[in-house]
Amino acid sequence: MEKRAHFSGWTLPLLLIVPQMAITLIFFYWPASQAIWQSFLREDAFGLSSEFVGIENYVVLFEQPEYYRAMVTTVIFSTLVAFFSLSVALLLASQADKNLRGGHAFKTLLIWPYAVAPAIAGVLWLFMFHPTLGTLGRPINALGFNWNPMLNGTDAMILLVLSATWKHVSYNFLFFLAGLQAIPKSVIEAGAIDGAGPMRRFWTIIFPLLSPTTFFLLVVTIVYVFFETFGIIDAVTGGGPAGSTTTLVYKVFADGRSGGDLGLSAAQSVILMIIVIALTAIQFRYVERRVQY
Amino acid sequence: MAGVTLETVRKIYAGNVEAVKGVSLGIEDGSFCVLVGPSGCGKSTLLRMIAGLETISGGAIKIGDRVVNEVEPADRDIAMVFQNYALYPHMSVYDNMAYGLKNRKTPKDEIEKRVKEAARILAIEPFLDRKPRALSGGQRQRVAMGRAIVRKPQVFLFDEPLSNLDAKLRVQMRVEIKRLQKALGVTSIYVTHDQVEAMTLSDKLVVMSGGQIEQVGTPGEVYRRPETRFVATFIGSPPMNILPGIVEGPGRVSVGGQSIAVTDMKDGLAPGAAIEVGLRPEDVQAGTTGASSLTMDVDFVEELGATQLFHGKVAGADFVVQASTGQIAADTRKLTLAVDPANVHLFDPQTTKRLGRA
Repeated sequence: MEKRAHFSGWTLPLLLIVPQMAITLIFFYWPASQAIWQSFLREDAFGLSSEFVGIENYVVLFEQPEYYRAMVTTVIFSTLVAFFSLSVALLLASQADKNLRGGHAFKTLLIWPYAVAPAIAGVLWLFMFHPTLGTLGRPINALGFNWNPMLNGTDAMILLVLSATWKHVSYNFLFFLAGLQAIPKSVIEAGAIDGAGPMRRFWTIIFPLLSPTTFFLLVVTIVYVFFETFGIIDAVTGGGPAGSTTTLVYKVFADGRSGGDLGLSAAQSVILMIIVIALTAIQFRYVERRVQY
Repeated sequence: MAGVTLETVRKIYAGNVEAVKGVSLGIEDGSFCVLVGPSGCGKSTLLRMIAGLETISGGAIKIGDRVVNEVEPADRDIAMVFQNYALYPHMSVYDNMAYGLKNRKTPKDEIEKRVKEAARILAIEPFLDRKPRALSGGQRQRVAMGRAIVRKPQVFLFDEPLSNLDAKLRVQMRVEIKRLQKALGVTSIYVTHDQVEAMTLSDKLVVMSGGQIEQVGTPGEVYRRPETRFVATFIGSPPMNILPGIVEGPGRVSVGGQSIAVTDMKDGLAPGAAIEVGLRPEDVQAGTTGASSLTMDVDFVEELGATQLFHGKVAGADFVVQASTGQIAADTRKLTLAVDPANVHLFDPQTTKRLGRA
């Protein structure tokens, strides 16, 4: 089934791949190599000179308790967002897959949050849950809960999880819906005749058949939480209160941009890069080998 | 085991589309009933209503003595074989067959016994550990059948189960399905658009068109005495020839000025009235003259090996005659056809109903 184009010379094929290669080189390899190089340097306080310090930045980094704290925060944050955005999306998709009246409008509306910029999504949720201004924040306090994401780290994390999940549900929803629609209807009907009720059909037939989609979305969602939630965090909490919502990627920004320690920041970037490369590699191997029917 | 009874069953889809228009049918316990008709005639809808996969808009469906209109598919005690097999792709062949039994909390050793037994009958024992994607079309078909028979249901439902197989395998599986059904004695309802499959498999043949039953009978009855022009041209290959004719008198019609004697003709038809005359390609004797005969202008010949099909025109209408190879020279341009009065079928041009003796 493989289709191959045959070219007589080198000029045309080169011309065809140059744009993609240029983009990859300029926007990925160049900054990536810059980051690696910078992670071995230290700048003076005024940014006028820099000296080679070897792996000292990494040593400093791994001696910081804040770095381990950011790791834990990231793990908690990404686990919660991944769990909620996947399960809510799957629930919505399995409802949308039924032939409901107004289903089309329902599907379209569900996709909208994806079009909202992260920072705007963050501000939106911050306003809604603001302890003194928010349309939802005030009633929560009125009910007797002491809700204040500006002062309480747990509250801040809950708010971040809510906004980050809300924004990513759309994406997962779309893929789950497509995955559900790819399952032959007759297989589900066969399950019904074979005596499996709706819940059992879901867990023994639909869910296993969706597993390639689920796995793909899990990796994509984790990458999303690691990197793209930066805008939300910056708008909603700015990593606070007291560093309780500083994730790994937010710490890169905080140390490099605000703290002015570019070498330390670059070292963190390199570690994040390794994590993403590993995630992607796992995904490719796993998706290609195991979960395909 | 149980028979199936349909009482004026209707299916009306959204937008007032009536897919099944009041079908009544009794299927005896243990018989093999085939629903046949062109696509869109409502046969699959009817089968899916019996299975419980479509709601019933009107009428009643009974399995045995129980009205099942509101019963879930799982509780109807039926098994279904789908056109695309509908095997669970993530389960092994064994698990595919065991799934329905597990859902019904059958003891483990009983499941194993039944699956092994079904696998032996269907000769799929070597594949029990494989996933469906590692099987050929014919093997998947067998697994789908195995999944149905391990359940020991009251009724088997088949929804065009052979249409995804190649021609050779289809003939082979057709024979196997027939043999299996005879051995198990389970009431079976089989939907197909293939009239050869319908003829060979059925004890009871139901010809459908436009959401209604055209005729019910044994394959022999339906072939020998089609009740409508639709049935006459749908059952039998090549299809029956229909010629325009005129009533001459009791037991006689004329086709293009040539008079023909007819055995099975309704009494009291007015002489001079228009009538349709049906003749099967295999029922006319080419190259001889008989008590009545017709002349045919031959256009071309189709070679089928043992037989030849002569295409041409009789009284201005298209006509096909089947003759043994070598019986008639292939370059014949004008043929005389001897017509046996017993093989002439008459139909009303308006109602398309048979005009035979009651």
